[in-house]
Amino acid sequence: MSIVVDSVSKRFGEFVALDDVSLEVRDGSLTALLGPSGGGKSTLLRVIAGLEQPDAGRVRIAGEDATFTPPQRRNVGFVFQHYAAFKHMTVRKNVAFGLTIRKRPKNETDARVDELLGLVHLEGFADRYPSQLSGGQRQRMALARALAVQPRVLLLDEPFGALDATVRKELRAWLRRLHDEVHVTTVFVTHDQEEAMEVAEQIVVLNHGLVEQIGSPRELYERPANEFVMRFIGPVTPLGERWLRPHDVDILLEPAEGATEAMIDRVTHLGFEVRVELSLGDGDTTWVQTTRGRAEQLELQEGQIVWLRPAHEAAMAPEPA
Amino acid sequence: MRSRLALRFAALGYLGLLLGIPVALVFVNAFQDGIGAAWDAVTTPEAQHAFYLTMVMVAVAVPLNTIFGVLCALAIVRQRFRGRALLNALVDLPFAVSPVVVGLALLLVYGRRDGWIGEWLAEQGVQIIFSTPGMILATMFVSLPFVVREVIPVLREIGTEQEQAAATLGAGRLQTFLRVTLPAIRWGVAYGVVLTTARALGEFGAVSVVSGKLSGRTETAPLFVENRYQRFDETGAYAASVVLALLALATLLAMNLIKPKEAGA
Repeated sequence: MSIVVDSVSKRFGEFVALDDVSLEVRDGSLTALLGPSGGGKSTLLRVIAGLEQPDAGRVRIAGEDATFTPPQRRNVGFVFQHYAAFKHMTVRKNVAFGLTIRKRPKNETDARVDELLGLVHLEGFADRYPSQLSGGQRQRMALARALAVQPRVLLLDEPFGALDATVRKELRAWLRRLHDEVHVTTVFVTHDQEEAMEVAEQIVVLNHGLVEQIGSPRELYERPANEFVMRFIGPVTPLGERWLRPHDVDILLEPAEGATEAMIDRVTHLGFEVRVELSLGDGDTTWVQTTRGRAEQLELQEGQIVWLRPAHEAAMAPEPA
Repeated sequence: MRSRLALRFAALGYLGLLLGIPVALVFVNAFQDGIGAAWDAVTTPEAQHAFYLTMVMVAVAVPLNTIFGVLCALAIVRQRFRGRALLNALVDLPFAVSPVVVGLALLLVYGRRDGWIGEWLAEQGVQIIFSTPGMILATMFVSLPFVVREVIPVLREIGTEQEQAAATLGAGRLQTFLRVTLPAIRWGVAYGVVLTTARALGEFGAVSVVSGKLSGRTETAPLFVENRYQRFDETGAYAASVVLALLALATLLAMNLIKPKEAGA
């Protein structure tokens, strides 16, 4: 089901968590809310879930105005960063919770729980308690619990934030595959741009309670709306007044129009990638990413004078007005 | 090594001198004339009535203070309202005020002649002071803080995420409380109940002031103990003390027995 957020604002005392935020999430899509901590992304997710009430604006889920619908009646699945597992219940009871509340017949509930435990690869764990599971398993259990009631939308608040790096990577790929299987409209919050780029179809960049940009991962990387997005999504390197992607800088051996003179301080070979550190005339330093083939062709070495120029169609934020 | 032994010795010695030896001597003195004499002393009609009355105190004060305690803890931890800090401080009042003062305060409110509403209540045929209702009120007053104080830290620790998760899964407030919050705080509640029970069993001062100490009518077990002692019936006093101590011990044991060996958090 689609989600429409229309001019939502929310304050906590003096702190502005959301400032006139609008966005649209297409039915069946996978969207990331990305931004630094305190940027408002979790608050926005909680407003969509009904766990927070906006001060102004509207939230529509599947076309219905849900702004003041209590969370119990929104039929959303919510997954918390720290799992929010019901510690006194077994995995089976946790997953069955929503169905038990809805007083579904026992055999139907059991069948559905078994199906979900299969989906999240926790078949053998039904009778364990959450304390007997690893972090990754707990989060998969929480996901199964949220999916059990066939929610209209699935909301995940930093779902992998409390897990270690290896498990994170695994669960990311797994969430992507799960979404392809289940097709439920999904919104997840993350402060990790790599996670957002890898998993999401659409990314909403939030900073200081404002939407900086909404677009596909590629759009954000190649056509950032402003310097903040440029710097937040992917690596940057300074060249004059502008920020460029380090692989979007051409190294020339001759002066050319629009090129800046620089001296190579260091050439580091990182396998396929070669990292060139340089000093600019005014004492600033920068670095450029190039390939091994290109570096060999130019015979780059320390002390050499070269000229740097933004590559043709380099990703750049528009000049600030 | 030596300092660790010394620490253990100091802790055990302190407890032994303050608690162990005196309580042990109570047991010894109770049975100084034999088990038969002790048994006879605690099965007289007065003694039986005293224990019955103490059980009534427990049966009324414990459930009421448990319900109030859980609700009060929920209000203090989960809600933001004016007077929350005041409520939090007031709950501790029974810890701070001497039980005798509690008894006198109840006289000021319910006393028949000069009490604030005592006269009016007497006209309606309701007697609070020198009867069971007043003694129950006194017991409730002094045993009020235990459940609140045990439940508040547990509520803080479990946080609100489990409750929010239950809400997004469709559970209403009451369902969330019964299925998620209450099971999560149950050991805090249980421990509070044990302490409340122990206090209600043993309360002397406040109950003594409002009871009138009518033997066989308004005499609880602790008052019975004092009464026997004043009348030089040492066997009676110590034997009844032993029964009281055993009742308190049984409460503690009961909690340890019902507490399952489930994996911790």
